Amino acid sequence: MVTPVILLVGIAFVSAIILGLAGRIFYVEEDPRIEAVTDMLPGANCGGCGQAGCSSAAEAMVKGEIEVNSCVVGGTETAEVIGAYLGYDVSGSEPTLACTTCEGGYRAARKFDYSGLQDCRAALQLYHGFLRCENGCLGLGSCMRACKFSAITMSEETGLPVFDPERCVGCGKCVDACPKGIVKLVGETTKILHWNQYTQCLSPCRQRCPAQLNIPKYLGHARRGEYAAALATIKDNNPLVTATGRVCPELCATECRREIKDDPLAINAIKRFLSDWERDSGERITASVAADTGKRVAVVGGGPSGLSAAYYLRRLGHQVDIFEQMEKLGGMPLYGIPDYRLSEEQYQWDIEGVLELGVTAHTGVKLGEDFTIRSLKALGFDSVYLALGCWSGRMLPFEGKELIGNYSGIDYLRRFHTDEDIIEGKHFIIIGAGNVAMDCARSALRTGAESVNLLFRFSRDLMEANAHEIIDAENEGVNMHCLVSPMKFVGENGRLTGIQVQDVTLKENPGGLPDCIPVEGTVRVIPCDTVIQAVGQGADLDAIVEADGLGKTRFSTVEANDETLETNIPGVFAGGDCFSGPRLMIEAIAAGRYAARSIHYSMTEGKIPPIEDLQREMIAPSLVDSLAGVSPISTAAIKPMIPVEERIGTFQEVEGTITEEQCRTEATRCLNCGIYCYDQDTLGDTDILASTSCPNEPHIVEKAEEKVAA
Amino acid sequence: MDLFYLAISATFVNNILLAQYLGNCPFLGVSKKLETALGMAVAVVFVTVMAAIFTWAVFTFVLVPYNLEFLQTLSFILIIASLVQLVEIIIKKQSRMLYNALGVYLPLITTNCAVMGVALLVAKKEYNFLEMLVFSSTSAVGYGLALILFAGIRERLVISAVPKSLQGTSIALITAGIMALAFIGFQGMA
Repeated sequence: MVTPVILLVGIAFVSAIILGLAGRIFYVEEDPRIEAVTDMLPGANCGGCGQAGCSSAAEAMVKGEIEVNSCVVGGTETAEVIGAYLGYDVSGSEPTLACTTCEGGYRAARKFDYSGLQDCRAALQLYHGFLRCENGCLGLGSCMRACKFSAITMSEETGLPVFDPERCVGCGKCVDACPKGIVKLVGETTKILHWNQYTQCLSPCRQRCPAQLNIPKYLGHARRGEYAAALATIKDNNPLVTATGRVCPELCATECRREIKDDPLAINAIKRFLSDWERDSGERITASVAADTGKRVAVVGGGPSGLSAAYYLRRLGHQVDIFEQMEKLGGMPLYGIPDYRLSEEQYQWDIEGVLELGVTAHTGVKLGEDFTIRSLKALGFDSVYLALGCWSGRMLPFEGKELIGNYSGIDYLRRFHTDEDIIEGKHFIIIGAGNVAMDCARSALRTGAESVNLLFRFSRDLMEANAHEIIDAENEGVNMHCLVSPMKFVGENGRLTGIQVQDVTLKENPGGLPDCIPVEGTVRVIPCDTVIQAVGQGADLDAIVEADGLGKTRFSTVEANDETLETNIPGVFAGGDCFSGPRLMIEAIAAGRYAARSIHYSMTEGKIPPIEDLQREMIAPSLVDSLAGVSPISTAAIKPMIPVEERIGTFQEVEGTITEEQCRTEATRCLNCGIYCYDQDTLGDTDILASTSCPNEPHIVEKAEEKVAA
Repeated sequence: MDLFYLAISATFVNNILLAQYLGNCPFLGVSKKLETALGMAVAVVFVTVMAAIFTWAVFTFVLVPYNLEFLQTLSFILIIASLVQLVEIIIKKQSRMLYNALGVYLPLITTNCAVMGVALLVAKKEYNFLEMLVFSSTSAVGYGLALILFAGIRERLVISAVPKSLQGTSIALITAGIMALAFIGFQGMA
């Protein structure tokens, strides 16, 4: 009787000692939370969660690989306990929500009629799916069935999955279930760091926009009256909505497929409406800010590029300080764009939006004079972003350039926004034909000039300014003189009295601007008292190059890596006009977010991963030349404009904002394009579903060679 | 030759999972993915052989000499449980790679009836050391085989049209039943 008891106790005792010793000897340091969570789990080791046992499930939960409600045995109670325990620890975690990148749905063409298993994975086995579009959604709802939280429904109308953000927990089951890789988990960080790839389904407008705004998505929101969601979509790529809504030249609209049938979408007019809607409401659409990373970034330059970089870096959780040389933030759009296009007060709304996230601004301090890159590093900044802009206006090196009355365009425009005296005159000559020249000419008319003559060396079609700017300027009374080349400035007693010019003709010059050939006997003097030269801008880098050894190109721009924007000084990045030369505001904004990506990776991971398949050129198959099944609807979103008489003498805003009704009707015109597909109004759901040939077939054909080149 | 018959019999004819229906919990739990099933199979082979060696030693050198065979179930449970824990602790420290590949399945096996079953069968049939080795390893291989085959089928079941009322575990059990029928086909081979 005693022997068995002794035996069992003996075995148990020996085992206990061995295990105890082994536990000590072979102790492995582990996240204490894993043990705590293991204790909270029922310990059934059933494997029902898909993990091998409770401790590995706990490990996966702590790492965030599986959801806290994965335990089948424990149920909701266990999930709540673990959630409460982990919830406080995983601070600053951002919600990741599932979403689909396909907009095709029933619009995508069928290769054949599929009547097999109603499962995407099964359907894909047969000739790689029944859709002609390789990346399109098959719409059989595998993701819907994979979702344990009923967050996915298949839309009757489009055949695409619809994700309920309230129910989605970001578990990723749908991502695994989708064989086409269309369903993605997207968090704020992912959105900020993402750049277009050739592998994506991108509408032509999205491909063209330098900042890569998701235009169809925000137009879709605008159409449904979801203005806040539309703005949030825009702000994922562009924080300066009010300013771009007024001055952006709409490159996107040049690629709009509607142009084939009628007029391109008035995309920017809609953006402008949305920004005014927010500003009028007085309540800002807030953006999420990730948990503090403890990294500090100095952004030098408070223009569009600097503000955009600051905005996204702050949202990624970094501490950002902006250093601005002028007294006010805003950069060139504030100092260089006249009030009748974009007023300080309007732009201020955008700037405040950046500062409200917790960005610190220091104004009136200039890099190279008041501080250096080295001193910034000494202050504890981990990275520096140089968004210096191009602040020195080029001047033509002609005889008489020192005469009083000769100014650069920037110099002229800046004074409207500083304490300096405004340059006044009676007879203005503007040299150049870019947007700055138009701004100068139109501003001169508003400050009491009797005549404004604009000189341009080339022909009218080579004018760089936006077409409607040129027309507006002419309507207001600016005289355009094309094919006229300035020769020298004429003056008396040190004051300018005229400009000597000569007519030219153009000679084709392959691969560049045409050559100007002077016409004999056309030399003449145009009398004037003020000349404004808007003939280019450059960055003034000498002081910085001298102080910190920053690399400079022969075009006097900052030298930086094209892929990463990193300069020759480690941890110092450059972007915007000071890197690319004078460009559009939206390009500076794009550069800001691009730099934010590089800076974020370099600070958090030590290296900047290259972007695979980065989309640079337009994706050829998406450039269609005809639209089937689309009836023409002309645009009704014409911005109201004040009459010319009212413009002279004031800086009152010239263009107005479209009405809410106009905005919604205009947004309805959007065809919601993908690469191949777009909304067609003649084809019902069943038509395409049953059709044996591809309704999009004629449009998959690429444009003819010369059109692609153009 | 006897050993060969023993091996064939343990692997196919008397397959521990499908003929004797031992170790069903992980059979249903870890058979959703082929990859997981493979890991589990390797772990089972490893642990079964280890457990069989230790229990055989205890049985032959302790229990039989003292006429304590009736204690085999109790003592085997103790031994197997501690053994698996020990192995887990050791490989976790010594080889993180092996632990990542195998270790996660070990807790599942601690209470696995297949391992226990093999140990008890070895004792019941009074195998010698060599027979014990062959029997335990081939039984475990048979277990792994059934598990992997089953996982392969279940991966396809996920994308098949299964009537709603039969989805999930019920169709898995039906499948297991049909597989067991198929394995009966091996009878008479050895």
